[in-house]
Amino acid sequence: MLNNIDLLTIAPALNVQLLLDGLFIGAIFVLAAYGLALVWGVMNVKNLAQGEFVIMGGYFAWHLGTLGLHPILALPVVFALMFGFGWVLYEAIIKYVVTRDLFTSLLATFGIALVVQQALNLAYGPEVRTADSGFGTWSLFDGLVTIAEIKFISFGLCILLAAGVVTFMKKSRMGQAIRATSQDARAAKVMGIDTERVYAFTYALNAAICGAAGVLVSMIWVIQPFYGVPHSIRSFVIVTAAGLGNLPGVIVTGLGLGVAEQYSGFVLGSEYQQATVVGLLVVVLVVRMLQYARHRQVVQ
Amino acid sequence: MTSSRNTWILHVAILTAGVLAPFLFPGYTTQIALLWMMILFALTWDIVGGQMGYNSLGNIFFFGAGMYISATVQVGMFTDVGAYTSARGGEQLVLGYGDYFISMFAGMGLAAVGCVILAIIIGLVVFGLRGPYFAIGTLGIALSARELFSTWEWVGGGSGIAMPVYPGLPDEKSLVNYTILFVLAIATFIFVRWLYSTRFGLAINAIRDDEEKAEAMGLHTMRHKVVAWSVSAFFLGMSGAVFGNMTGFVEPMEVAFPTITFGIFMVVMSLLGGKGTLWGPVIGATVFHVIKEVTWTYMLGWQWVALGVLIVVNVVFFQQGILGWVQEKWPEKFGIVVEDMSAEGEEEAA
Repeated sequence: MLNNIDLLTIAPALNVQLLLDGLFIGAIFVLAAYGLALVWGVMNVKNLAQGEFVIMGGYFAWHLGTLGLHPILALPVVFALMFGFGWVLYEAIIKYVVTRDLFTSLLATFGIALVVQQALNLAYGPEVRTADSGFGTWSLFDGLVTIAEIKFISFGLCILLAAGVVTFMKKSRMGQAIRATSQDARAAKVMGIDTERVYAFTYALNAAICGAAGVLVSMIWVIQPFYGVPHSIRSFVIVTAAGLGNLPGVIVTGLGLGVAEQYSGFVLGSEYQQATVVGLLVVVLVVRMLQYARHRQVVQ
Repeated sequence: MTSSRNTWILHVAILTAGVLAPFLFPGYTTQIALLWMMILFALTWDIVGGQMGYNSLGNIFFFGAGMYISATVQVGMFTDVGAYTSARGGEQLVLGYGDYFISMFAGMGLAAVGCVILAIIIGLVVFGLRGPYFAIGTLGIALSARELFSTWEWVGGGSGIAMPVYPGLPDEKSLVNYTILFVLAIATFIFVRWLYSTRFGLAINAIRDDEEKAEAMGLHTMRHKVVAWSVSAFFLGMSGAVFGNMTGFVEPMEVAFPTITFGIFMVVMSLLGGKGTLWGPVIGATVFHVIKEVTWTYMLGWQWVALGVLIVVNVVFFQQGILGWVQEKWPEKFGIVVEDMSAEGEEEAA
């Protein structure tokens, strides 16, 4: 462990590698976390199937890749497919969950997560997969730092996608309706907004964003049917730490989480990378709890 | 009067069935032993999840922690744990009857005590969390324990610990484990039944119904929550110790912290039977386990998909559970007067 820290001071270029990798991965975490914040904020559903949507999108891209479609071109197709999947899921299950208590939504989406990961396992098997994008890699600092071109492209796509979603939320009619519903669902209803449709659209949009994030994951990282859980936990860590409706916070926390994971993976060993995510979740929750406790004391 | 006599008959019938089962179906002793363990799981989950309204997704933590405590105690009484685990099960401990049982019961006892201590420490932290944060936080604890134990070399890391070998024949071993789990499940039921009849039972129900109000009425909510969790941990820790001896091998991912199987089963079973009732978890566990054992192997990989669908359907469309549904259908059988039906309905909705 100490050897690895020494290594970082001897070869500072390695820091560049870890930072860049962390940012590239973190940008994808931001996308999934933004989707969760959207669903959480608008319809108060804690979607535990978030990571499974990501992995599902990744598998769609991989599958289209085996049919000869380039993963980047598959992105819009997967976006549309996952949007449809989200809408169907809403009509079948989530519709009945929105008005219920918190645990119902948590457990129901957990059940969905279980179904999705097992179905993917049955369909594609438990092997770890990567969608081949066919780009080269750059070497910097005499080969100490290697960066795949696809990671840059994915980062660009992330920004593009995020900008698209944010503009959509700001400018479009539906985006305004979604924001109105999240502020006050009853008032929105009184004003003639079909909140039922808004909910369906929000959930479908979340699934689509996650699916797009999954396409990027499948290109720059690996996918496996059971790798969804860490993605879900990451989304929860980011949203819990940043708070709802705090887009800059989500971006900073997401990128920070990506970097932190890369560093802990390098310094402690890759088997600790998962433990870092889960550990951070517990830390974030404890900090939140202490804040609540202080708040309660003030109230007293 | 008749209802109390019926209850007596029911109790005696269950006890007789439990005693006779391994002799009537000797081939299924392990499966029936697991049924008792499932009943214990559902009952202990329901103390905090159903009666107190704190839906934990991480109770399996105590199962695994108890298993590891008992494993280290049982091995540590006779040899050095670190050296034993680093041999990677090269030589298993072979003990005589006396040593085996003394170490096993010592392991169980310490597992129970250790889990209660862990429950108090962790409870003081997680019970500050409410609603979904509590569920996610407890899930996080179970998952991080998994990661922690698979990197902790002293207890064997990912390759685990081989438990001492049972000195007798395999049939005898499964009968012994059956008896212990049977007694444990019955003890849990009796204890929980008594607990719900005391002021403590009323207090945790008050916490479920409205925690702020309960606190305002002078109830020390944190103390009640931690004690309720400790009760769960006590019995779960012991069941973990027995299960470790049953499988003969303790490993973090599949045996000690099976979050996705046992950890979720306990929630599903309580919900299926009707959470927040005494008999609900027992009924749910029995129905779930029997269906699972009968159909599991015939579903060819689809069993997990079916489990997920069962969770969704159960939670979304059938949340009152079997017992809750029966109570709604025939309230008079439960001594519920028709005027009270709205109150009863409210309680179930909560």
